[in-house]
Amino acid sequence: MEHIRMPKVENVRLLDRLSSRKAVVGTLYLTATHVIFVENGSETRKETWVLHSQISSIEKQATTATGCPLVIRCKNFQVIQLVIPQERDCHDVYISLIRLARPVKYEELYCFSFNPKLDKEEREQGWKLVDLNEEYNRMGVPNNYWQICDVNRDYGVCDSYPTEVYVPKSATAHIIVGSSKFRSRRRFPALSYYCKDNNASICRSSQPLSGFSARCLEDEQMLQAIRKANPGSDFIYVVDTRPKLNAMANRAAGKGYENEDNYSNIKFQFIGIENIHVMRNSLQKMLEVCELKSPSMSDFLWGLENSGWLKHIKAIMDAGIFIAKAVAEEGVSVLVHCSDGWDRTAQVCSVASLLLDPYYRTMKGFMVLIEKDWVSFGHKFNHRYGNLDGDPKEISPVIDQFIECVWQLMEQFPCAFEFNERFLIHIQHHIYSCQFGNFLCNSQKERRELKIQERTYSLWAHLWKNRADYLNPLYRSDHSQNQGTLHPQIAPCNFLYKFWSGMYNRFEKGLHPRQSVTDYLMAVKEETQQLEEELEVLGERLENLQKSQLGDNKVKSKQQDQSKQLRLSTSNNSLANTPQEYSNDLKSFPSRSPSQGDEEDSALILTQDNLKSSDPDLSANSDQESGVEDLSCRSPSGGGCLPSEDSGKDSDEAVFLAG
Amino acid sequence: MLRSSQPLTGPNRRRCREDEMLLGTILDEGERGFIIDTRSAQAAKQARMTGGGTEPKSSYPQWRRLHRPLERGRPLQESFAKLVEACSDPSLSMDRWLGRLESSRWLSHVKAALSTACLAAQCMDREEAKVLVHGAEGTDTTLLVTALAQVILDPSCRTLAGFQGLLEREWIQAGHPFHLRCAHSAYSHARLKQEAPLFLLFLDCVWQLSRQFPFSLEFGEHLLLSLFENAYASAYGTFLCNNEKERSLCKVKESTHSLWARLNRPEEQQKLLNPLYSHNTLVIWPSVEPQSIQLWQGLFLRWIRPSQHLDEAWAEIQRLVEEN
Repeated sequence: MEHIRMPKVENVRLLDRLSSRKAVVGTLYLTATHVIFVENGSETRKETWVLHSQISSIEKQATTATGCPLVIRCKNFQVIQLVIPQERDCHDVYISLIRLARPVKYEELYCFSFNPKLDKEEREQGWKLVDLNEEYNRMGVPNNYWQICDVNRDYGVCDSYPTEVYVPKSATAHIIVGSSKFRSRRRFPALSYYCKDNNASICRSSQPLSGFSARCLEDEQMLQAIRKANPGSDFIYVVDTRPKLNAMANRAAGKGYENEDNYSNIKFQFIGIENIHVMRNSLQKMLEVCELKSPSMSDFLWGLENSGWLKHIKAIMDAGIFIAKAVAEEGVSVLVHCSDGWDRTAQVCSVASLLLDPYYRTMKGFMVLIEKDWVSFGHKFNHRYGNLDGDPKEISPVIDQFIECVWQLMEQFPCAFEFNERFLIHIQHHIYSCQFGNFLCNSQKERRELKIQERTYSLWAHLWKNRADYLNPLYRSDHSQNQGTLHPQIAPCNFLYKFWSGMYNRFEKGLHPRQSVTDYLMAVKEETQQLEEELEVLGERLENLQKSQLGDNKVKSKQQDQSKQLRLSTSNNSLANTPQEYSNDLKSFPSRSPSQGDEEDSALILTQDNLKSSDPDLSANSDQESGVEDLSCRSPSGGGCLPSEDSGKDSDEAVFLAG
Repeated sequence: MLRSSQPLTGPNRRRCREDEMLLGTILDEGERGFIIDTRSAQAAKQARMTGGGTEPKSSYPQWRRLHRPLERGRPLQESFAKLVEACSDPSLSMDRWLGRLESSRWLSHVKAALSTACLAAQCMDREEAKVLVHGAEGTDTTLLVTALAQVILDPSCRTLAGFQGLLEREWIQAGHPFHLRCAHSAYSHARLKQEAPLFLLFLDCVWQLSRQFPFSLEFGEHLLLSLFENAYASAYGTFLCNNEKERSLCKVKESTHSLWARLNRPEEQQKLLNPLYSHNTLVIWPSVEPQSIQLWQGLFLRWIRPSQHLDEAWAEIQRLVEEN
């Protein structure tokens, strides 16, 4: 708390982005873990909670007549615009937030104080939910071709790798160690995915330290071992996910890529995905487009094109498609690397696995996939997502891009994923929130040193507990879209990539379809199931009654009660429809205030309020597009109020009068 | 809401007592009305040179005029052609695709049409004011605005029957020159002077509404695609000719079958209905932010990308709803 200069400021205004004249007045609080804005209005007292970890940047703008503006931009794309009456207060808040948003020690992070009131046993169980050993066994290893390797058991060979990796049977410890010395950051080729139908595999590593002419016998043997582990093919692909120019430039620094002449039976392929700096800038530009006030269609499309964001998404996807094809259709193993093998490599391997194996499209499987290719293989969460204050040049939306690739696939194959968009959005949210311990630090080694599993909780357990909110009603495991590999259209396909407003405009309620089809269908499904179960029970009872020959009137009325429950749902739309600002120049008419309480769009989640009586948190916090926000965290003061982690601005009354 | 064509004010600022009286009687004492002119202020002014014009404030004191320029005619047809070309070009990189999408300006036209219709609707619903819509001829953008505004305002226009009624009223009987406007479509090099895809633009806007309000329209994309096709080439007489007079002269009603009769047959209706529809009495206010307006893939990419997975999804939705 020593960093907080001003724990409370009154009469602060929270501005709305779409309609800048609309502001809500309230009180701003700073706590050790959150920034909280509480509206003044007596009926609602709506709260907006923002975790310090989510804060990406704070901008203090020039003082105007109305006060001193402060803009908080978050890593989950929420943008909060405040106006603080006194410049002095604003400055104090600004300085405090700057420090709070840039912790220097892990212990400052929320996950170490977060208390979901679970006992030690439950915490442990939560961490055990995702078990990578089980996953490798499910894939079919160890077997005749692949074995587990513990040469890294003390992180002695590669400190960013896990203690256990899978390698080809013919790769001896000597070969592995030798190969690791020839790879950037010692990240030697290891198994990412094994296809038991045809023995093809996806392996991952970092770039070889080949320079212009260096060779390493063990590394060459390592690649041979990978090839031999797949008797169905006499060569392997080596895919370098960097643009050719970058890879070539790396040679001058003593690194580079595999020379086809030196490595027997490899086919080398560049798939140009740009580096983390390009991606960081690309996202920045796209967010600038999102912040435009009343952009024209042109502004938007030009801005989107200029950012290059969708082009990069497509590049990652294309790489994944190439690898999936090589494995599934050609039956050829692939070794993937970029520079250090922890960014683009992770993206591409996980996209490919998702395409290949329907298991990863289930909720559990997706958690396993992230745990395997991102967490265990040493993706640098801390550096990339700024858990702690660090080098801004290391920050880059790498996993965000992967998550977006998944969303793009979900849009193309609506029946193929067990989970829905909300699942993805919440995962992205928590990668940055540091509320759970899964995505801390840069490697398994660091996490074990910090004893993360004993001191924090697992996100996976939390999501699993609430999995009903994350289901895709259109998913059926026996659906044709779920048998085997997904085949996204390759060309022409540019138009298939859409701007993900659910993620990048997440908190702007006015932008999204006002009615959630997912929630409605889930409710329909649930009701159908309930009715079917009820029918079964009644059927049995009827049988029994018929046997005992007693008429029972109760049966009929109960059935009717059940069917009444759902019908009302879709008609509860009355609250959310308010027009946005369509016109600028109707000066002479006073604007009419809405005749109904247009405030709470949350009631628009059609059926949650009606059906889900179990968890009261859900209905209180549902916002219309992302449904359930994070709920089970308590405020540090123990007040027990429910944080709503959205900006809370609902769709607005039309503003006729404009300046 | 009223519609008309432009007043023939001309360069000499002619007046017409009857026209002024007509518009005068519509409004009560002290009440104000809005005129939404779908031409830019400049274009409307220039129209005077050729005998047209606008309602001068002095002669129509109770009416406030708003200009909302909507594209029509040749430029709109060009926009359509460019978009179709961009969609079918397989060689485009992602950057070039977005650039071509933007330079076709089709989505900008969708945004403008929706905004204007929303404005008209807002005047009526929120300000409780009367609205007069006109462009130049009153046969193109005028109808686009009045028809769309009704879909936004009136739940009965969102039912299958109500929508058909809307089309009959606001497009067919109102005299949209289908024969001239829906001649050769996007691939033709002929570039006829009178050809313009206003009706398609209307259908696109309706599709945007159905996407933003998936429960509010009784019909789905199928109907809209079917209407698009039939406007250009049809086995039915519904969209023939340019106005009621011509249809009467050609004896359309006696010699052809009506598309509505076909569509309303039970087997056909099944394909057209939206399984998610649930009647509500709301006004549906769409978002016209660029992120909310999307390319109508079902139409523009119909023959280019396989719709199999999306069809399967709809089948699944249908199944879930029916099972219940």
